[in-house]
Amino acid sequence: MRYLPLTGDDRRDMLAVIGAASVDELFRDIPASARIDGLLDLPNHQGELEVERAMTAMAARNRPAGAGPSFLGGGAYRHHIPAAVDHLIQRSEFLTSYTPYQPEISQGTLQFLFEFQTQVAMLTGMEVANASMYEGATATAEAVLMAQRLTRRHGAVLSGSLHPHYRETVRTQTQFLGLHLDLAPTDISGGEDLASRITADTACVVVQTPDFFGNLHDTTDLAKECHEAGALLVVVVTEPVSFGALKAPGDMGADIVAGEGQSLGVGLNFGGPYVGLFATRSNFVRQMPGRLCGETVDADGRRAWVLTLSTREQHIRRQKATSNICTNSGLCALSFGIHVALLGEAGLRRLAALNHAAAVRLADRLDAVPGVRVVNRTFFNEFTVELAAPAAAAVDTLAADGILAGVPVSRLVPDDPALANLLLVAATETNTDAEMDALATGLTRVTA
Amino acid sequence: MTDQAAHQAAHRGLDLEEPLLFDFGETGRSGVDLPDPEPVASRLGGLERTAPIGLPGLSEPQVIRHFVRISRNNYSIDGNLYPLGSCTMKHNPRLNEKVARLPGFADLHPLQPESTIQGALEAIHTLAHWLRTLTGMPVVAMPPAAGAHGELCGLMAIRAAHDAAGQNRTRVLIPESAHGTNPATAALCGYEVDPIPGNARGRIDVAAIREKLGPDVAGIMLTNPNTLGLFESQVIEVADAIHDAGGYFYCDGANLNAIVGKARPGDLGVDAIHINLHKTFSTPHGGGGPGAGPVAFSEALAPYAPLPLVVRGDDGFRLVEHREGQGAASFGRMRAFHGQMGMFTRALTYMQSHGADGLRQVAEDAVLSANYLLESLKDDLSAPFDGPCMHEALFDEAFLQGTGISVLDFAKAMIDEGYHPMTVYFPLVVHGAMLTEPTETESKQSLDRFIAVLRKLAAAAKAGDVNRFRDAPRHTFRRRVDETAAARNPVLRWTPPTPDAQAAE
Repeated sequence: MRYLPLTGDDRRDMLAVIGAASVDELFRDIPASARIDGLLDLPNHQGELEVERAMTAMAARNRPAGAGPSFLGGGAYRHHIPAAVDHLIQRSEFLTSYTPYQPEISQGTLQFLFEFQTQVAMLTGMEVANASMYEGATATAEAVLMAQRLTRRHGAVLSGSLHPHYRETVRTQTQFLGLHLDLAPTDISGGEDLASRITADTACVVVQTPDFFGNLHDTTDLAKECHEAGALLVVVVTEPVSFGALKAPGDMGADIVAGEGQSLGVGLNFGGPYVGLFATRSNFVRQMPGRLCGETVDADGRRAWVLTLSTREQHIRRQKATSNICTNSGLCALSFGIHVALLGEAGLRRLAALNHAAAVRLADRLDAVPGVRVVNRTFFNEFTVELAAPAAAAVDTLAADGILAGVPVSRLVPDDPALANLLLVAATETNTDAEMDALATGLTRVTA
Repeated sequence: MTDQAAHQAAHRGLDLEEPLLFDFGETGRSGVDLPDPEPVASRLGGLERTAPIGLPGLSEPQVIRHFVRISRNNYSIDGNLYPLGSCTMKHNPRLNEKVARLPGFADLHPLQPESTIQGALEAIHTLAHWLRTLTGMPVVAMPPAAGAHGELCGLMAIRAAHDAAGQNRTRVLIPESAHGTNPATAALCGYEVDPIPGNARGRIDVAAIREKLGPDVAGIMLTNPNTLGLFESQVIEVADAIHDAGGYFYCDGANLNAIVGKARPGDLGVDAIHINLHKTFSTPHGGGGPGAGPVAFSEALAPYAPLPLVVRGDDGFRLVEHREGQGAASFGRMRAFHGQMGMFTRALTYMQSHGADGLRQVAEDAVLSANYLLESLKDDLSAPFDGPCMHEALFDEAFLQGTGISVLDFAKAMIDEGYHPMTVYFPLVVHGAMLTEPTETESKQSLDRFIAVLRKLAAAAKAGDVNRFRDAPRHTFRRRVDETAAARNPVLRWTPPTPDAQAAE
């Protein structure tokens, strides 16, 4: 077996040193009734060629998003990732290292985490960011729990235009902690009144921008209302390319920003692994979940990096920790960081402008299709259209024609007839005019 | 001198100093060429970002050089043995990387119509089948993103099961030797943690469990093999006692590598166990993640598994994304989308490479290697418990008594000898614990070199060569870093130099 270096002779010699007659003797603490004598009912080992052939055949039974026109968004976006990103993250020193618990031999990981934290803080307009969470929805749930700790209150208001998976994840993760969630009704208008839902026990209001339906929100006034009532504002961002075009959440009163970083450097990966972004104000840092990398010096006074403030974390605080998170999304944070480093200020702004321009062109084109209406007044690179027929059926029909038309809202929010005809459509720098024409033509056909 | 000049002056051979991106990037430059955006009527509603973000601009060669240089300051399993106990730092086969990057897996959007993702659902379903077979448990939940997330998944199912039965149970039993994630997870489910002491043999006595049991106990979280590297020999009695009291048995599966193919958790009375794909099934650790933590459930807990489920029907594979059908009693969704697909394809590739026979050999070689270390080093270092151990050999600080050298000093001296230290000061129940996990992917020569180095260091410690330890590491890119200063005055991001500071330079 190509991954196992020990030979039969090695094993015999090692057993002799141990003083055991057989390897099974080493397993004697396992109750005899539970020991497996033979092999389990699974195939035996295979060579690289055979495994690659089988896995390639499985992959071929999928249609890659990039194999034709694709306008899918809804919290995961297809962007072009520069070739340098994947090359760099496959360096052994990044790919096959552990969490940097021994800083003297982990300065590479620590430095990119410090850079990642700085990039995320800059993009979100916040003072500090952590070294990543699993992904956006769990980061949002952690933000709600952090707001509860900071305010010592027990309620949270979740916007009706927050991504449904995020709403459900927050509900799941808080369901046994005595929190009461006020789930505002689904809102596609972009004009919901969340301030009136704040009570004396509201720890935070959670609002997404661009929201699930694509609408943009200026959260400045809502932040003011939250703060006057002693509550915090959590802003969720699922499309980080929007940071290159839109006013930062930190400049619109956010206390905590939770988000999904997938768009920058990570790729679609059928939903994971992704990278959760988490940023806040400096004075809240001791209630933050997750790892933090800090600057320090070594014994010779040279600048160095180290994991810090770990007394918040589970391996020190156990049941009193700010979170149970241990493994995070380090390598995806590196992908994100490399992509942002390659783009730089000018590149990210240009990328964001290209995304917005593509979405505006697509919206104008679709609005001209009979039976299709663009719902949004504002959007970044994704918007909602209302069709004359159920969106799910339209998407299936177009998929058979090779077009991934978008995300039917009913897939995430079922059983609401008012939403059945709504389709989320995203356009990025990867979408060509010919693809947009194909979508417009396809929608003309299915709504006719 | 500017920061950058100071850095450049400090190169030493191949140890190249590298400033932060922010120290040398310039606005205006970009490493990505993009076309001019077509002018359009903005739909941003007046929310345009006008303030600068502050990101530095760099060309592609600058970015490549930056990350290549800093990468060289990392230890890695590709470079040398990585004996971190509890972490299972085994070889990461490159075929797994290649397969995960096939466009048919990597370039799939999670919300594509089911007709376009049959191969992806098949991959998830097949991986779940391998995990069911290896654990001997009927259902595997795929969404959890990591081990701790899997713990949350398991405990939520336990809580949901008790709630469905109208039972208000408030206490979870957790051995004192447990990973910190166990009590932290129990707290997230609203449970009170009741610690269980271990016995002199490093195990949990069923008598100690029975003493704690009552109608308010929701369950136990037990790591097996445990964090001391030992198999809990009374595990079946423990499971029976928990079940008799109406509780559930959560097993922390961090150490599954020791028993894969040799014993199945389902035969030990386990109701839920998370499987760290980044440990036992070799998806790369990536400097701290991402991982994946699928959870195998017994029949009793299966109905409460999180959404979504992948099911096989007459006309292909299907996702159950809402509370309906088999998912009607689910405790809910615990993340966006379906799971860590990029980890699934790697783990499935790894499993197929090894097969039933190879995976069994994995456990045997991992356990053999750990026992070889334990036997070879127990007289030079000190071991708190007799063998045989499972896939980790535990040493403690007793051999350093009276030397004035701490376990931390010893660990740092290992770095000077070219080795990443083992896990130190964990588990907490052993003074100066040194938890050593060689894994099955080290050759005997590699193990022998490691043994020789540890013997040499132990002899030096006992001979009173104190400075060699207290000053360590001396041969690294950075010497011992000041962790106290970092925590006292946290600097967690780069900030632009103030005009005053620039003037002073």
